[in-house]
Amino acid sequence: MRKHRDTLKNPQHELRVFRRRALLALIVVILLCGLLGGRLFYLQVVQHEVFSTRSEKNRVRVEPLPPTRGLIYDRNGQLLAENRPTYNLTLVRERVDDLDATLSRLVEILELPDAEVEAFRERSRQRQRPFQPALLMSDLTEEQIARLAVNRHRLAGVEVEAQLLRYYPDAELMSHALGYVGRINSEELERLDSGNYAGTHFIGKTGVERFYEAQLHGKAGLRKVETNARGRALRQLDHTDPEPGKDLTLTLDKPLQQHAVELLDGRRGAIVAIAPQTGEILAMSSVPGFDSNQFVTGIDVASYRDLQQDLDLPLFNRASRGSYPAGSTIKPFIAMAGLREGVITPRETIYDPGYYQLPNDDRRYRNWLRWGHGRVDMGRALEVSNNTYFYSLAHDLGIDRIQDNLARFGFGQRTAHDVHGQGKALLPSREWKRERFGEPWYPGETLSVGIGQGYLQITPLQLATATAVLANRGDWVKPRLAQSIGGEAVPVDLPETPEDIEVSREGWWGEVFSGMEDVLSGNEGTARRSGTDLEYRMAGKSGTAQVFSLGQNEKYNADELEERLRDHALFMAFAPVEDPRIAVSVIVENAGGGSSHAAGLARSMTDFWLLERNAGKPREAEEAEEGEGASAPTGQGAQR
Amino acid sequence: MSRFELPMGRRVHPVGAPRSGMSRRRSIWERIHLDPWLTGLLLILMLSGLVVLYSASGESLEVVIAQALRFGVALVVMVVLAQFSPATLYRWALPAYLVGVLMLVAVEVMGDMGMGAQRWLVIPGVVRFQPSEMMKLAVPLMVAAWLCRRPLPPRLGELLVCALLIGVPVALIARQPDLGTSLLVATAAVFAILLAGLSWRIISALVLMMAAALPLLWMNMHAYQRQRVLTFLAPESDPLGAGWNIIQSTTALGSGGLWGKGWLQGTQSQLEFLPERHTDFIVAVLGEEFGLVGMLVFLLLYLMIVCRGLWLSSIAQDTFGRLLAGSIILTFFIYVFVNIGMVSGILPVVGVPLPLVSFGGTSSVTLLAGFGILMAIHSHRRLLPR
Repeated sequence: MRKHRDTLKNPQHELRVFRRRALLALIVVILLCGLLGGRLFYLQVVQHEVFSTRSEKNRVRVEPLPPTRGLIYDRNGQLLAENRPTYNLTLVRERVDDLDATLSRLVEILELPDAEVEAFRERSRQRQRPFQPALLMSDLTEEQIARLAVNRHRLAGVEVEAQLLRYYPDAELMSHALGYVGRINSEELERLDSGNYAGTHFIGKTGVERFYEAQLHGKAGLRKVETNARGRALRQLDHTDPEPGKDLTLTLDKPLQQHAVELLDGRRGAIVAIAPQTGEILAMSSVPGFDSNQFVTGIDVASYRDLQQDLDLPLFNRASRGSYPAGSTIKPFIAMAGLREGVITPRETIYDPGYYQLPNDDRRYRNWLRWGHGRVDMGRALEVSNNTYFYSLAHDLGIDRIQDNLARFGFGQRTAHDVHGQGKALLPSREWKRERFGEPWYPGETLSVGIGQGYLQITPLQLATATAVLANRGDWVKPRLAQSIGGEAVPVDLPETPEDIEVSREGWWGEVFSGMEDVLSGNEGTARRSGTDLEYRMAGKSGTAQVFSLGQNEKYNADELEERLRDHALFMAFAPVEDPRIAVSVIVENAGGGSSHAAGLARSMTDFWLLERNAGKPREAEEAEEGEGASAPTGQGAQR
Repeated sequence: MSRFELPMGRRVHPVGAPRSGMSRRRSIWERIHLDPWLTGLLLILMLSGLVVLYSASGESLEVVIAQALRFGVALVVMVVLAQFSPATLYRWALPAYLVGVLMLVAVEVMGDMGMGAQRWLVIPGVVRFQPSEMMKLAVPLMVAAWLCRRPLPPRLGELLVCALLIGVPVALIARQPDLGTSLLVATAAVFAILLAGLSWRIISALVLMMAAALPLLWMNMHAYQRQRVLTFLAPESDPLGAGWNIIQSTTALGSGGLWGKGWLQGTQSQLEFLPERHTDFIVAVLGEEFGLVGMLVFLLLYLMIVCRGLWLSSIAQDTFGRLLAGSIILTFFIYVFVNIGMVSGILPVVGVPLPLVSFGGTSSVTLLAGFGILMAIHSHRRLLPR
């Protein structure tokens, strides 16, 4: 640069300098304009697609339209699970200016304890995406809604949202069979189809609600809306209707279920009734039950703890999960096994001195009658529940054949079609024992299984199922709870139905049945007091499951034992024998002997079903009328 | 050097024409001391701006009318200022500067808190006034007045005086705090010095010193100012907070494409995703609805105004006029560049409006006042005392 410069001003020079600088400035200005133009070209032409997509995403929001959950009816069309409109308090955080102030204001307006602020804050975080409302509170009262409406202007971002909430009119009665819905938890959220469940707050947690979740839930619809920056929907662009969940008609008969619960009368136990010819589960009760409505909106911690810690285990579904020793209720199945395998014939007898001894063994396996029943054939062995006969039969069969035959009746398996969370209980075998204990199978253990003790465990549902198969003369129909889904009947023949049980002489079924009839009607029948004045032919078998093992020569005295160590009373039955409509299993925990404490319940079940519920219904109408069947006794009692 | 000016390419005036030229026939433009080219371009810009504003304000006629009224006031100011001779302006330089500094001090002491910063001076019931706005003209005026009496290019001692003249008001404005305006005021004055022929050696030395001073500036920034810079560097880091503005504005521009979505059809702007869409970010509305083509038309309009302004300043008769006019027009361009640069994401977000398009009264008045001075300098050439 020229340094030429004096104290004098030089206008010519100044003008030249200025013009040079101005020209330079103009060049810089043009360059900067070029820079802006280039940037705009990059944004508006090169990157146009990217930003178009982004702007479209800004603008368009896809809102899920949750489907309405299907209703659940019993076989008579009585509503068991419905959807009641309720009002929920929701909050969209993006629309709230001051979250803390808003939450405190809410607590104040709704007159809730201050502690709720924390709970609200917790819940306000639970959501899946921006602008999705978080559920703060369910089931608002009329007064709360009114208070919120008055204060609406102070509560930006807070909405009262109408929602259908599951409601079980007969919550206690049906709690175990139906199950319940509850809020979707984070674990479920991961596994679910997020699109289909985007607008759904609830999901089936147990029971039928869980098993038929897909059908009951339906398919979510959606609507595309144009929204502004604050998330407000301005106009609808596109719309797909949700497909509502399918209504479910169950095979359960509410009056029969009610009757079963009344029979148990608060005692711990379970009663399951199945229609043998169709596999329809007519009743499946587990007592005690619980109020499943509590779980719908979220049960409070204290109530849940009470339920969980209750010694009577109200949350435990005894009917489908409870494992009990079968006791003598296993004997008809062992007898069938003996006939089928050709080990016995109905008229063959043994002599019972009051005990059984294995060859080369001193130990005496006792009959319940110390002095023995003398000479017994199969029929009498069932009638008097003779242990010696079945010890001998079990020994002759061996554990392998017993295990095979009992498996054919569904023991040790989950055979019901749609009962959520069925227990397998335990059908022991040599392999099982080797794996479990690393020991061989001992012959004495076979004898125990022969009278339904030892390792053998059954569930009330399994016992009722096996009874139904027995009543059907070996024909299998899978037990099911659903009669029709969305108006479409569930077929009688379902996939994976176990093989029918074949015997070489069809008449043998009748032989076993007649032994079982004598249990109720014979002079010596263990349950003859429950079998008086029968108006139809009923076959059954009592059972007494030991909770507390007795030593070799100890005598059992129910009064001295603590209540929870007493025997479980069991009974299985079906009727009418010639045309079985109901198969029942009954288990009453710690009630004592099955013949005196469970047989009456089973009789009452069959009476109720055959004489009151289906009085005068001709046999022929069965196909058309969904609801005929045999009642199976429900059994209950958890063996610890 | 040319002794002729070609205002419209219509007529040729000898620059050295005698003062008695009054007797000659003068056009209406000369009589009202306005430059027809500049006036025309400004009017086109303002009218187009109103069209964009109508869309940006959510089709609010109220806002458009309010803006039109402010334009009216600003135009009156422009016309009035154009009537003063540069000599008068020269005489006003010092008083205007001193009054401005005093008012800034007053703001500092008792200023009304507005927009989270002390910027307004309120004489209750009379006027609400932003002295920093006035300093955008007063400071370059003072610097030009001081420099033009001295031999150029300025020496170091004179530069120090300039630095003081600039530094005091700039520091006061920065304290309000209003970093954007203080930088614009400083820029305007610095343009005057640069146009005066400041030697490149000093320029490069100063640039180096400024680079060294950057950390110091950073340390003295307010938290929100730092946030703006950080956001500029990485807008995606806080998409719902501070980065929101820039993400939404680039999205608006980019989605506009070549031809735009059409007037009133911009979803980013009409659905309120764009923040400050009728003020600082109005150019995003323009870009979204009129596309690259619309943007280039506006850019061209601004460029033409700047060219005309630079031309007018380079044919000004004396150094004072040249320096002042040049600094005014270059500052005008800086507004345009900073605003579009910030909205398109190549500059940090500073509160600079798009000249004569963004909604806002004060800036329009200041800008048109500047153009008034520019035209005064141009149209009073022959009346300048030696």
